[in-house]
Amino acid sequence: MTALGLSLVVSLAKGQTADDAIMMSKKQWCNGLTYMYSSWNKYWEGSLKRSNLNMGTVSTESLMLMSNYGISDKVNVLVTVPYVWTHATAGTLSGLKGFQDIALDLKYEFYQHKIGKGTLSLIGVGSFSTPLTNYENDLQPMSIGLGSTNLAGRLTVDYQNGVFFTTISSAYVWRSNVTIDKTAYYNGEEMLTDQVDMPNQQMSNLFIGYRSPTLTIRAQLYNMYTYGGFDIRKNDFPFVSNQMNLTTLGAHVKYFLPFVPNLEVIGGADFAIAGKNMGQSQTYTAGLYYVLSLKK
Amino acid sequence: MKKIFFYSAGLMGLLLTAVSCQKDITGRTSNLPAMLANNNDTSAGSWRTVLLSRPDSFVVVAPVPTTSPLYTADLFEIKSLQKSLNKDQENTIKYWAAGGVLRWNEIMRGLVAKYNLPPVQNSDTSYPIPNAANPLAYPLFPFSNPPYAARAYGYVSAAQYDALIACWYYKMKYKRAAPYNFDSTVSAKFINKSDLPSYPSEAAVLAGVTAEMMKLLFPGEIANIQAKAMEQEQATIMSGAATRADITAGEALGRQVAELFIARARGDNAGKAVGTPADWSNFITNTMDQGLTPWYSLEHPKRPPMLPLFYKVKPFLFDSATVVSLRPAAPPAVGSDQMNKDVAEVNGYVKNPSRENLRIVEYWADGVGTYTPPGHWDAIAAEDFVTQHYSEVRFARNMALLNMTLMDAAIVCWDIKYHFFNPRPSQVDPSIKTLTGVPNFPAYVSGHSVFSGAASEILGYILPANASKYSSMANEAAMSRLVGGIHYRTDCETGITVGNNVGNFAILRAQNDGVN
Repeated sequence: MTALGLSLVVSLAKGQTADDAIMMSKKQWCNGLTYMYSSWNKYWEGSLKRSNLNMGTVSTESLMLMSNYGISDKVNVLVTVPYVWTHATAGTLSGLKGFQDIALDLKYEFYQHKIGKGTLSLIGVGSFSTPLTNYENDLQPMSIGLGSTNLAGRLTVDYQNGVFFTTISSAYVWRSNVTIDKTAYYNGEEMLTDQVDMPNQQMSNLFIGYRSPTLTIRAQLYNMYTYGGFDIRKNDFPFVSNQMNLTTLGAHVKYFLPFVPNLEVIGGADFAIAGKNMGQSQTYTAGLYYVLSLKK
Repeated sequence: MKKIFFYSAGLMGLLLTAVSCQKDITGRTSNLPAMLANNNDTSAGSWRTVLLSRPDSFVVVAPVPTTSPLYTADLFEIKSLQKSLNKDQENTIKYWAAGGVLRWNEIMRGLVAKYNLPPVQNSDTSYPIPNAANPLAYPLFPFSNPPYAARAYGYVSAAQYDALIACWYYKMKYKRAAPYNFDSTVSAKFINKSDLPSYPSEAAVLAGVTAEMMKLLFPGEIANIQAKAMEQEQATIMSGAATRADITAGEALGRQVAELFIARARGDNAGKAVGTPADWSNFITNTMDQGLTPWYSLEHPKRPPMLPLFYKVKPFLFDSATVVSLRPAAPPAVGSDQMNKDVAEVNGYVKNPSRENLRIVEYWADGVGTYTPPGHWDAIAAEDFVTQHYSEVRFARNMALLNMTLMDAAIVCWDIKYHFFNPRPSQVDPSIKTLTGVPNFPAYVSGHSVFSGAASEILGYILPANASKYSSMANEAAMSRLVGGIHYRTDCETGITVGNNVGNFAILRAQNDGVN
């Protein structure tokens, strides 16, 4: 596979990483910085789409450091560290900021085969993420994250025919309980504890597009589905263990600059088209990646 | 390479097991042991009641003799139930065996949290007002905000207390032994045996009095509450603690006592606490006439102030003239040097909040969708009371003292808030962004501070060993409002003092209620 920098989409489906079929070659090391701006002025309260004049437009911004190293052509390890800050344009609620969750992904291309005129690749990814700091997770929607430690198993199927490709990927995410600062909360019944059961999730994506060694342009569909959790009640605040579902549709470009070797720019936009207990977000990303070769 | 993959897969597997094992959530009181009172309080029939004029105001006729076939039939019912208890029934017995006053308080806290949601505005930017006559239509009745909740906890606890005094009076009058003590073939299933007479059943008194009170307070929940009441009664029979006749007599007594409290509640002015548009604008003009800056709602669209006439509600521990006498001096005026200093202090706290301050703010937030500050103090108290091994009647007495205090604290606090009608920090300085929601009523004095000052005062009297713990919790609760950016220091410090003063009335009552 051609060595390309990796792009990481951080949509409201936080920590969405390692969902493409691109592998670094052995001893290649890609480092990048991505800026993301995501905002919404409408959200789904349960299934009801509404606005909230006391929130206005709520934005989440992040700067994410990403590092991807090719242990071999077939095994890559990725680390991502996001710094996140939030803001609401109306009402009185303060934004919050801080380092969110560090993610480690181990990506293994375990199968590659010519089929027809194209190449089929199968990739397995094991992921672990955990909060880097003890950030406040109980002031949704201003909190910078949910606070759970997650483990995910992902399978990616990629088929490339000439410069055209399709990727289908899905991850099952096990989420740990989280601790909140309150001693009780209501999730349909009154829970007299600061422990919250976080239902597991499925994160899936479909990419279709053009991929050459220097340029990738793709359309992308993301889906996050939560296996359980409860709906935000009418005019209540969101809560960490709501059933958060979101589908976004977007486009993404990656391009190796011809005049600076090994420097890649990335950009993307994703728009929420359906959801539950989530903001109807518009998310824009832009980043720079630099690929080092540690080969002698 | 494969090795790396398999090692990591193995590691992931181990971590997964670790994560999945800790998924189950158990509440702090989910698995309490069955209560075992260290004192049956056999003289409780002579304790000072709240509304009941005499412990025997409502007649409970003598139970049928134990030689009667009716009594034998009641024993058969227990025995046949005990023969085939399934796991669900066992769990139900264990749940209620931890204490009826405790469980009903928890159920009620859940209802407060369920109904504590401000109505969404109408399309014309006005707000709908919940209607007690149509509780199931949106906006659901009640909106159980802090004053509503404080009053609800107050009435239910006071009614339970009076009802149990009457219950104890008749227990000692008729001295009917509990089924497990009378008949050796009846077991005490998942409960501790007690020498306390079983007629009328204290569990059924609690079920009856609470279910009846809730018709008034949470009318949209009648079916659920009735089911809980029947569950408690059935659990009590299955456990061997009471016969059907003990239950029937107890429930009837409880419902009768409740009627006294319901009659008082219907005339205590709470129904008029929402006020009218004329009332709302009067607060503004009265404040401006004094050359002061009036409070206004920081919500969009502007929401009418929360229960502005709640200060007219009739208190339990003192009269309405005392409410006025508990007013502190006026807060610093907007624009004064002191106010400017206070605003600057708030701003300093919210700019770069420490994690510890955020914890304190959220720990005590008790805002929308929660059981409110009175519910938080109920939780603190109830979980401490459990460790004291009280009888039901003593548990009820202490919860009644606490909740009458919290209700009266709400009345006094609302009197002060609407007397001074002082703006919130974010109104005076819109650059102040808060770490929790800004409540929709005036700032001075802080409700959390009054509630907490009042609760810590009476709880410190009830459990002197915990007095300093309660007082430092109260101070933290009060300061959480300052560091959260929604109150000035004066609101919090004065609020604590006002709360302590309210709490002292409860102590005075406690010193003279015949309980030691």
